[in-house]
Amino acid sequence: MMFNEEFETLPRQALEALQLKRLQLMLERVYANVPFYRTAFDGAGIRPADIGSLQDLQRLPFTTKQNMRDSYPYGLFASPLEEIVRIHASSGTTGKPTVVGYTHRDIEMWSELMARSLAAAGANRGDIIHNAYGYGLFTGGLGAHYGAERLGASVIPISGGNTKRQIMIMQDFGSTILTCTPSYALFMAEEARSEGIDFRDLKLRVGIFGAEPWSEAMRTELEVKLNITALDIYGLSEIMGPGVAQECFQGKSGLHIWEDHFIPEIINPVTCEVMPEGTKGELVITTITKQGIPLVRYRTRDITSITYEPCVCGRTHARIARLSGRSDDMIIIRGVNVFPSQIESILVGIEGVEPHYMLIIDRQDNLDTLEVQVEVDEHLFSDEVKVLQTLSLKIEKTIKEVLGVTSKVKLVEPRTIQRSEGKATRVIDKRKLL
Amino acid sequence: MHVEQISIFIENKSGRLAEVTRILGEAGVNIRALSLADTSDFGILRLIVNDREKAKTFLKEKGFTVSKTDVVAVEVPDRPGGLSSILQTLDREKINVEYMYAFVERCGENAVIIFRFDETDKAIKALLANGFNVLEGERLYSM
Repeated sequence: MMFNEEFETLPRQALEALQLKRLQLMLERVYANVPFYRTAFDGAGIRPADIGSLQDLQRLPFTTKQNMRDSYPYGLFASPLEEIVRIHASSGTTGKPTVVGYTHRDIEMWSELMARSLAAAGANRGDIIHNAYGYGLFTGGLGAHYGAERLGASVIPISGGNTKRQIMIMQDFGSTILTCTPSYALFMAEEARSEGIDFRDLKLRVGIFGAEPWSEAMRTELEVKLNITALDIYGLSEIMGPGVAQECFQGKSGLHIWEDHFIPEIINPVTCEVMPEGTKGELVITTITKQGIPLVRYRTRDITSITYEPCVCGRTHARIARLSGRSDDMIIIRGVNVFPSQIESILVGIEGVEPHYMLIIDRQDNLDTLEVQVEVDEHLFSDEVKVLQTLSLKIEKTIKEVLGVTSKVKLVEPRTIQRSEGKATRVIDKRKLL
Repeated sequence: MHVEQISIFIENKSGRLAEVTRILGEAGVNIRALSLADTSDFGILRLIVNDREKAKTFLKEKGFTVSKTDVVAVEVPDRPGGLSSILQTLDREKINVEYMYAFVERCGENAVIIFRFDETDKAIKALLANGFNVLEGERLYSM
């Protein structure tokens, strides 16, 4: 079933004509309402009226996460706050989050695209959607929730955590669709097994997983352990939230990006050249219908490729490949975006800590773990155990407060952390994903 | 009356203690007393040695984090209740012991205990006033 068959199957020509019309309207709007874009377009010597084809999009400057940070909190909003009905935020690299605002119509649009995504994954009105994405500033919980309601399914807003209760509710309420991060789904499977619960006895049939990178191997594992069809969803708060792109259950090969609302491009992250179809590069998205905070050529930093090949499901919208990495140093730990520089500024902020550190990310019992190794120099060293232990706890506490991630600080001897020439290696990711 | 102790940060992994003692041995430094405080991740090795500067230089050269701490060495009568009498005095004077450990060698009929206090000078004063023998650093290093 398609949620909006007319638009989801729009012939390419009509789809592209619609994109151009919406793009032009959006550009006029940001040029008039957002000083940042007026300055950027003027600087590039382009007026919105100069954009006469989709090809012309390439002449426009990019928008980066740094631009969003510089405009903190509301600088890039194209609508007055009176029209903003919702504000979400994701973590930023300097402790300040990236803020996004939604008008009433944006929420409507988001709900529809999320409903389309759920339907593409095989959900329909009779389904009971167990939504274990976190509710809050993070877009995952509320995004999936509104989409499920729009679809007309029954949504259980369980959010994350309290795994035993999650499993009990899944059993008793007869949840048929699970939405959460793939690592949490695997963790649930392990918990259920240790409770003696067999997922084959549950009504669960589909899992829609996203918010962190995962692999085909994990898909197989999830499908076997949870006895479901596991599908990939993509989204990011800057662009909207979950539901920017969704894998269909028929094709299970690439995620349809809803092109009547977003224009995707793939660029070489170094040269910024636009890459041809099928080539791997950084995903750049232009939002063409969003009102609250429309973004022109936003650099997602996610690495993927794009295909316009027709899909077995009948949708005409392009597909992006499963994400295969980042073009910056962002790491995703339990669904939370973390930049090494955030940890660095926390360490600098704690008196006495010189930032010789290393982040070790691993996955134990299907949950991501973060170990922060900090070198103990003379400035930091105390010959009393309690002083060093207090220091470790303080760093752990601050990381938890600022980033919302649980970490384990390990104090190590000087010069034990590998020094590399040029850009320091700050992260060792031991998670086996691909 | 202060005794200079050196402290070394060591990670809790095999061979680190051996490495420290090897470096000191090669440098010709003699260990007079030692204590090791450990947690699951790291340990702090505290040493009284005959040549502090040499020990420090050699260990630092090999990349160890080394610091100096003032501690107090007190003679304790080598009989039941010997240590207790000192601790009772400290308790009365409200002096906090951060840590303590025993010296390897005896001083005549007495044992020697190394103390780290939160208030070193106040502790020395109290001990002397109560008739305990606080040892000079120089005597200890060459004992």
